[in-house]
Order: sequence, then structure tokens, then C-alpha cells
Amino acid sequence: MSLEKPSRDTALDVGVTEDGLDYDALADLLGGHVLDREEHLNAEGFVIRPDEVQEVLSTLKEEAGFDHCACVTAQEYDDRYESIYHLRKYNDPTQELSIVVPSPKDDPHNESAARVYDTADWHEREAYDLVGIDYDDHPDLRRILLPETWQGHPLSQDYNQDQPQIVSLREHANPLEDDKRSEDDPDTMFVNIGPHHPATHGVLHVETVLDGEQIADLEPDIGYLHRCEEQMCQQGTYRHQIMPYPDRWDYISAGILNEWAYARAAEDLADIEVPEYAQVIRTMAAEMCRIASHELALATFALDVFGDFTAVFQYGIRDREIVQNLLEDLTGQRLMFNYLRLGGVAWDLPEPREEYFEKIRDFLDDLPHKLEEIHDLVTGNEIFQMRCVDTGVLSPEQVKQYGATGPVARGSGVDYDIRRDDPYGYYDELDWNVVTEQGGDNFSRVLVRLREVEESARIIEQCVDLLEQWPEDDREIQANVPRTLRPDPDKEIYRSVEGAKGELGIYIRSDGTDKPARFKIRSPCFSNLQTLPEMSQGEYIPDMIASLGSLDIVLGEVDR
Amino acid sequence: MSSDQTPPAARDVSTQEARMGDGADDRFNSTLREAFGSTPFILTKFDKFMNWVRGSSMFMLQFGIACCSIEMIHTYAIKHDLDRFGSGVPRASPRQADVIIVPGTIVSKFAPRMKRVYDQMPEPKFVVSMGSCTISGGPFQEGYNVIKGAEEVIPVDIHVPGCPPRPEALIYGVAKLQERIAEGESSPVTVKPYELEQFGDLEQDELVDKLASEINEDDLVMRYNWNDSP
Ligand code: SF4
Repeated sequence: MSLEKPSRDTALDVGVTEDGLDYDALADLLGGHVLDREEHLNAEGFVIRPDEVQEVLSTLKEEAGFDHCACVTAQEYDDRYESIYHLRKYNDPTQELSIVVPSPKDDPHNESAARVYDTADWHEREAYDLVGIDYDDHPDLRRILLPETWQGHPLSQDYNQDQPQIVSLREHANPLEDDKRSEDDPDTMFVNIGPHHPATHGVLHVETVLDGEQIADLEPDIGYLHRCEEQMCQQGTYRHQIMPYPDRWDYISAGILNEWAYARAAEDLADIEVPEYAQVIRTMAAEMCRIASHELALATFALDVFGDFTAVFQYGIRDREIVQNLLEDLTGQRLMFNYLRLGGVAWDLPEPREEYFEKIRDFLDDLPHKLEEIHDLVTGNEIFQMRCVDTGVLSPEQVKQYGATGPVARGSGVDYDIRRDDPYGYYDELDWNVVTEQGGDNFSRVLVRLREVEESARIIEQCVDLLEQWPEDDREIQANVPRTLRPDPDKEIYRSVEGAKGELGIYIRSDGTDKPARFKIRSPCFSNLQTLPEMSQGEYIPDMIASLGSLDIVLGEVDR
Repeated sequence: MSSDQTPPAARDVSTQEARMGDGADDRFNSTLREAFGSTPFILTKFDKFMNWVRGSSMFMLQFGIACCSIEMIHTYAIKHDLDRFGSGVPRASPRQADVIIVPGTIVSKFAPRMKRVYDQMPEPKFVVSMGSCTISGGPFQEGYNVIKGAEEVIPVDIHVPGCPPRPEALIYGVAKLQERIAEGESSPVTVKPYELEQFGDLEQDELVDKLASEINEDDLVMRYNWNDSP
């Protein structure tokens, strides 16, 4: 619960040295499995054979401590397909390793990693869906984002976007029917929740199988908001055309946090140094977004648990409106800020500055009282506690298996926060704490969010102090960046920031043009949502709804 | 208007009071009732009255899709409070709703479901499309999976442009809709290229043949012709 990292388990420290990872030691560990080594900007990539994926990954997981499979990126080159497994460690995400698995162009397939990392299940399904790589030994390789009857794989090279498609409405089937899924219990019943349902936070579809009143089987069905974000980013130029899209991934006002994910990756890719003044502004704006986002998470969670547009919901929205006003003053927008630029921010603080600082200070001064009110209404409420304490429990092991991050991981006692562990912006200069709770239940996740709001307020306060004293002639908001950015060909980078929901990562591969050749978004919600079946197994439907609410997913980011 | 018309015989009871009887509680005496004075009747055309009623009390469907729904939530909630204009109260079930606000990007997998939800609403029903996405596909227009506007699937009465529109803009849109309903203007006829139909009714072609083994004859499907969509 502080900026000190917990001590490490030294047995798993193959190749860990004072100044970074020693990739030679890791290569020795894998021996002959490593066919080739590539330099990526964030880490080295080891090229391995497509049929040795499980062996290599489990060695790295068991013996070298890579317990976090952050992302699986699939892409098609002119001569091959490639899957990249981005591995990191929960106790130090700067220790990264990419496992690169090429597979042949005519019949792309490689071994699945889903047996090693549970999270790879969905990631590989997505790779199959969008790029068209087959994963052998995958437990359930189906399309995940696009409809089952879709033709072609849209991010592969020969996809024809103009061809007609037919999409079926399968839920036309009786949504309350007998379901004989499990052999030994013929009495189970299928209940369809969503995609249009007030408790699913948008357009999520949850297929549940009930045994009596308990959930015997549950499967989230996603893709009802798959807006081709990766394609959009691959069609945009680095300098200006990509930045508006991140605002629309996690649209719960987390815009600046998302923009920062892209900015961080692209700035490192193109080697751009951001002026300090701009970094402070970014840090401040990002934390405002976090507050806005957590407020809405709380408001909608209360909506789920208490059942209607009740007082708590309105309280949450009331506080959010204030943050949104502050952000609007800064960026000119309530929701889709488009405020960050590569190398800085769009413009300086609004004039008169004193007035703006005053407004922020007022907001910060009122915040403790408001939080207390919310604690009275929510966390101190007996009904709320009955619904949330000890429901939807997620163990730290499950968190790691599914690559969950953000408040979901921290609510289960996994002390992982990119802001501290892989610092960017101005965070490492400021005094704040990473919040964790040990319970792992719905209640803990709510507590983590509420306490994070306090921490964010502390960060904002320090930023305001800094900005107030910043010498006038040193207020540089934008570094010198060429009008058209053309990073050198074949540079690859994976960079992440701590979004409102967790680790938001971007993988970019450049090909020498002014547009990325591959742009992959690692969405925290996508991984977090995968834990829902684990949390709801054997629980009642209302508990599942509470778990879903406490996961705080946003479908724009799940489906991208 | 009231007191001097009181007949002397009626012991200090005004006509209005006499006609209303003593059953009604004070609380039911609205200013409107007062304005009508002694007469308990109004004279108007039935249709006009119905339209006025319809426009003055609309139930919205609680329906969120994408980013715009966040601004829609703000429109419902405090500060903006759409309910002030007689059109708040989001209903969770389409069967209880008069108006559907379509707040966000519609993609191929969702369009059939949205059509379904729309079909479940009782007549007369109205549609407010919110945001650029529901007008043209907005920033995602070029996406392989994106329907280029809500009007490809259901008819729309009012378009509210913006990405996302501010709550004020949405309120303006809803107010305009109320005005139109009160004036009895009907919704425009729109081209709906994408219909829900049974798979067996589709014209036979290569794609239909290919999918024949996967989809039942009587499954409802939506066929997208990306080529011809605007
Ligand atoms: S119009 Fe803009 S804000 Fe609204 S759903 Fe589309 S992208 Fe999101």
C-alpha cells in the first residue's frame, strides 16, 4: 500500500539484474527452443516454433516468473502470420518478454497457450476471429467479436470489406428453455441475459445456465459493440488522425487515460521527449478522468444493486458533473477530449489560471465530505453489504491466470499499478499510494475505487501546486514534432498505462509509412470480463449482476 | 369569472365548487383546473388532445449502446433532468416505452437485436437517434462491421448530431419531438435496406448456399450488402 514494491520471490528471478533483464540468461533457460531473437522497443522477442508454445510458455511461467500474459497480438505479414505473446510479471511489469510465434502463410496455425494462461483463451479467439490464425489444442476456438456466420477475417490481407454478410438472430429461440447441457443434471435451464438489458452496462450478452437458482454455467457473449477500432487506427496517420479514437475505447470519461496509452506508445516509438510542464498537465487531467470514471462505476453499480435510478446514482452523477466541468474548461469537451498530442497537449490551462485553480481546489475541498456521504449511503448500508460482502470472490491466483488488472486485481490483493511499477508522466515525482484490499469480493472492488478517488485527489492537488508555481517562461506544452511522423520500418513496441479499468496497452508495428502497420489494443476490460464465469459459478443471478457491476466493464473497450 | 356568477340561492358555494363536489381533495385543484374556471369541460378535437397528451408524457426506453449513452445518462440525471419536460422515466422494458433513443454505434451483430427491441415497443413509437454514429456511422463509418446509421434498420424521427451531442442538444431534440407529436406530424418514411427475415426467404446465392448448413430455414437473419449501403 505504498510506493515501495513488495519484496520479490527470488527463486523465480532468472535473468533479473540490477539494470533490467538479462535476456541471455532467459535464452539459456529455454535452450534450443529459441530460434531467433528480435529487438522490440520494450523487450526482446524470442522466436519459437509454432508447436512448442505450451512448453516454452510454461517454462517461462513456472521457472522465470512470467505470471502475466498481458496480450496476444496476431498479425499477417507478406510472407507469414505471427502471434506475439506479451509476457510480464505482476510484481514488476518492466520485466517483459515477447514470445514471437511465426506460422506459415498457407495454413496458419500454432499451438494454443490457453492451457498455460487462462487469459489466452479469449485473446486467441480474437486473433482467430480478426486475423485468422488457428490455434491447435484450444479449448473452444470460435469467433468472439464478429457474428458466428461472418465470412473472412477482417484484419487479414485479402479481406474484402464489400462482400455481403448474413447475421442470424439466434436469440429468437425461447430465452427460457430447458437446457440439457450437463449430462448428469437434466433439469438445468437456460436463461438469456442481454444484449439489451439494464444490468449489463451496455450491450453485453450473458448466457447463463441455471441449476435451480444457482448458476451452473455462464458465458459472456461479446462483440455487440465491435467498432473496428484497430482497423480505424491502422488507417489513421500517427500525428493527428489516431488520437480521437482512444477517447472512444473506454468512453466513461476516461478519455485522457486512453489517449495517454496511445501517446506513450507512439512517443516511445518515434522517440519524442515530452516537456515536463505538459506531463504535469497530463497527470492532472488523467486523474480527473479517473475520478469521473470511478464515480460512474459507483453510480451504475448502485443502480445494479439497489435496482433503480436511486439517490446513490444521482449522487454519483452529481459529483461527476463537477469533474466534467473541470475537464471541459481544460479541453473544451465534456467527454471526447482529444486533448493530448504526440509530444504534449493541445493547449495550456484555461485563462484566467487562478480562477481555474480555484475551481479545482473547491472541488477537492468538497470531495472528502462527498465521499463520506457516499460511504454513508453505500458502503455503510446493510443491504449493500449483504449483497456485496463475500459475493463474487476472486482469488489472487485467478486474477493472475486471467490477466485481470486495475481495481479488480487490487481488490484481490494483487499489488499491481502501472503508474508506480512502470512509471510515466509525473507520477514518480508525486506522493501517493497504491490502494489494495484483500477481500477479493464485490465489496472490496468498490472500496478500492472509492479509495482510489481519494488518492487521485491527492495527485491532482500536488499537480495544481506545481502548476501554480511553474515559471511563466517555462510553460512549454508541446515538443517539436515533425508534421508527418514516419517511424523507421519494422519497429515494434508494446507500452501500457494504468487506465481507469487497469492495464491499457498498445502494440504498434511501424512499416516506414505515416500509418501503423499493426495497431493492437490490449484492453483491461476484455481480460477482466473473463473472470466473470469464475466469480459467478454456483452463485445466484443477482450476485452475478453485482459481480458484473463491480467488474466495471465498458463494452466499448471490451469489444473495441 | 367565478364568484359574481354564483347564484344567490347557493349559500356561498361557488359554481366551480358546486360542480366539483366535495369528493375532490384540495390537492387535485391544479392551477390548470383553476384556469378553466367554472366549466369542467373543454372543447377540442379528440386527436389534438391525444397528441398533446402523447407529447407531454413520454416514456423512454432505457437503452444504452455506446459512448453517447453516457451523455444520455447525464441527460436523465440531475442537472439536466430530462424529466422536467415530461419525458424522463427510463423504462427497462420496450413494452412499456414510447420513445427509443438510439445512443451509439450500431454494428452488424447488434442491428438484428435492435430491430427486435424496436419491434417490441407498442405503437405509436418514436425514435430519436443520438450522435453521428446513428446518422452515418460517425467516426467508424469505414469500419468493416459498422452499420452506417440507425436509419438503415429502423425509421428515425429526430436526429441529434454531435459526437457525442451535449445533454442540452439531446433535450432540444426530445423537445422537438414532443412538439412534432403534439402537432400530429407523422414520422418520415425511411428507406430500410436491412430487414429481419427468415433465412429461407433470402434469395439464393453463393453466400446463402454456403451458410445453409449453419443456419436453419426459419431462423431470422439480417443480410448486409455493404456494397450498396450509402
Ligand atoms: S457519435 Fe461519437 S460519442 Fe456517440 S456513439 Fe458514436 S462515436 Fe460515440
